[in-house]
Formats: sequence, structure tokens, C-alpha cells
Amino acid sequence: MLAHHRLRPLVFMLMLAVCVTGVALSIRAGIERRGTLSAADTKLADGLAAWEQVYSVLTSPRCINCHTAINYPQQGDDRHRHFANVIRGPADRGVPALNCVGCHQEVNADSTGVPGGPDWHLAPLSMRWQDANDRPLSSAAVCRAVTDRSRNENMDGPALLKHHEGAALVLWAWNPGRRPDGTMRTLPPLTHAQFVAATRTWVDAGTPCPRAR
Amino acid sequence: MATYQLNVNGQSKQVNVDPSTPLLWVLREELKMTGTKYGCGISACGACTVHLGGIATRSCVVPVSLIGDRKITTIEGVGQDPVGRVVQNAWVEKDVVQCGYCQSGQIMSAVALLKETPKPTDENIEESMGGNLCRCATYVRIREAIKRAAEQI
Repeated sequence: MLAHHRLRPLVFMLMLAVCVTGVALSIRAGIERRGTLSAADTKLADGLAAWEQVYSVLTSPRCINCHTAINYPQQGDDRHRHFANVIRGPADRGVPALNCVGCHQEVNADSTGVPGGPDWHLAPLSMRWQDANDRPLSSAAVCRAVTDRSRNENMDGPALLKHHEGAALVLWAWNPGRRPDGTMRTLPPLTHAQFVAATRTWVDAGTPCPRAR
Repeated sequence: MATYQLNVNGQSKQVNVDPSTPLLWVLREELKMTGTKYGCGISACGACTVHLGGIATRSCVVPVSLIGDRKITTIEGVGQDPVGRVVQNAWVEKDVVQCGYCQSGQIMSAVALLKETPKPTDENIEESMGGNLCRCATYVRIREAIKRAAEQI
């Protein structure tokens, strides 16, 4: 049983790699069927494959738990509702007497198991990556949200890359601290360097989004 | 162990404690200020609420090493504040308390609410006080006292 749990991240990474490779190959195969593979087609295929890698991080619990579509954040790898009746509030930072920063300090508090980072808060509803039933949105839908400058604080491709490279709460996902029981929180499926590299490839390709099914 | 200089209720206090010690235990064990209560120890009940830099904060989960120079206000000092005094008087007037164990935290949260929202609606009160539990279920009187305080602010 224990060995099974240890293998789970490895299996997930393997499946992710297979999926990403599959997407890239199928896109490329589709293009090749139409004729010669142009440099632009290759870039698009690589960009779409890179986006799927980015998507795998954005929908991991460390990121998506604060990108809800409802009135509260989530917590834990099972993405359950945040305890203590915490709610979003008008500015995504809780309400008076129950602000996010009333527990979440500027850094992780490993001795008490409370995660922390600068200006801890929920992502705005415009940047929700889940539906109202707490299911992650599709790759195409998240991509549309992330690239819609009317919803993403007017970030273009280079700004998105910069955000992924250095925004404090983005970086927190790779330094999430310890749970109250002392164990380490799980990390996103890619390293931060891999995440940035995938974002760069996607941005260089013009931030393409997959077609909605 | 490390030495920290804390500003508690306007007074400078020096403590020598393990950096990981939650503020709650610094207050109760080191400074002998036992008005702030231990309820759950995981920030779920609100009994340990104090104000840290003016923000209602669960002192049971904030290590002393992360406090810095932010001012700490506890139930022992909140009556020095005009809003705090009005809230405490309203609590007495409405006879809110039953067993009383959670009431320090309730009052600290109520003061934080009224400082930011002087005329709270029922919804404001429910949302902001939703993290403070009372096993005696004095919630109706808590709401009445907050509304009474709001009339006087």
C-alpha cells in the first residue's frame, strides 16, 4: 500500500509525459497529413504541447485551490473546502475578522503548518479555473481565461512569462511548506524551471490555445 | 531560543523563547496574559484571536518569529480603543456571555469587524464572525451586541 502511494507521483509524471508527447505527435501528424511541415506549424505544435504542460501545473492543487469559481478557497490535495468558514470576500482577501492574512503570514509557518506568502489571497473570479462544482475547467477553457487580457490583469505573453517566472504566490507552489502533521505538501507535477521553460515555448508560439471540444 | 521585543497593548515586552512558539503561548505562558484563550490550536475556532497590526489574527498559528514590529492588541488592551470600549460595554449590556470561554476571541473579532464596517448588516456579521465558534451558542446575543455597539459608534 505504502509502495503504491510512493509510486503514484511517478506514474502521474509518466502519464503526463505520454499525454504531452501524444498531443504533440497527433498535432504534428495532422499537420503532416495536410502537407509539408512548415516552421510555423512546428512552432504551433510545440506551443500547444507546451501549453498542456503549463495546464498540468495550473490545475494542480497548489495552484487551483485558490482559483475557485465559488465563494471560498480550497485546501489539501483533495481540494476540500477551506475550514473555519473562510470566504472570498469583496476583494478576494476574506472579510473583516476573517482575512486571509489573519492566519497566512508572509512566509510559511512550518511549526504550525499554515502556508504563507506575500499578500496571501484568492485569485479573482475572472481567473477561476474550476466550474461551480469544483471541477477543473478544460485545457481550452483555462487557456482562454489565462490569455484573455480583459480577465488576466491585461497580461500579454511576455507578462505571463514574467508572472510565471517570478510572482511570489506562483513561486510559493514550489515551496509550499509543511502540513500541520509535519509532512511536506506535494509539489506541482513539473519543476519551476520546467514550468517556466514550457511557458516560454508556449509564449514564443504566440500563446496558442487548444480547440474547445 | 531567541529574544524578541514585542509591542503588546502599547507596552514593550521582551521575551526569550523558541522562534517557533505560537504567539498565543508567548502571551499566556511568558507574559501571563491569560485573557486570550486556547481553543483548538489550529485556527479553526477563533478563541485565540488578537489584533496583529490591526488585523484580527489567530494567535495559535502565528509563530513569534513572524510578528516583527507589528503591534499586538489583546483582550486585556482592546478596551483602551474607543471601538473596543463600546463593544465591551455592549457585551455587558446585552449579557452576551454564558460560559465565557470563547468571548475574548468573539470581542476581538467584533471590534475588527466594526472598525472596518461600522454599520454591519446581518450578512456582514455572519460572514465576519463565522470563524468564531461558541459552544454555548450565544450567537443571537453576539449579533445583538454588535448591532448595539454599531449604534454607538
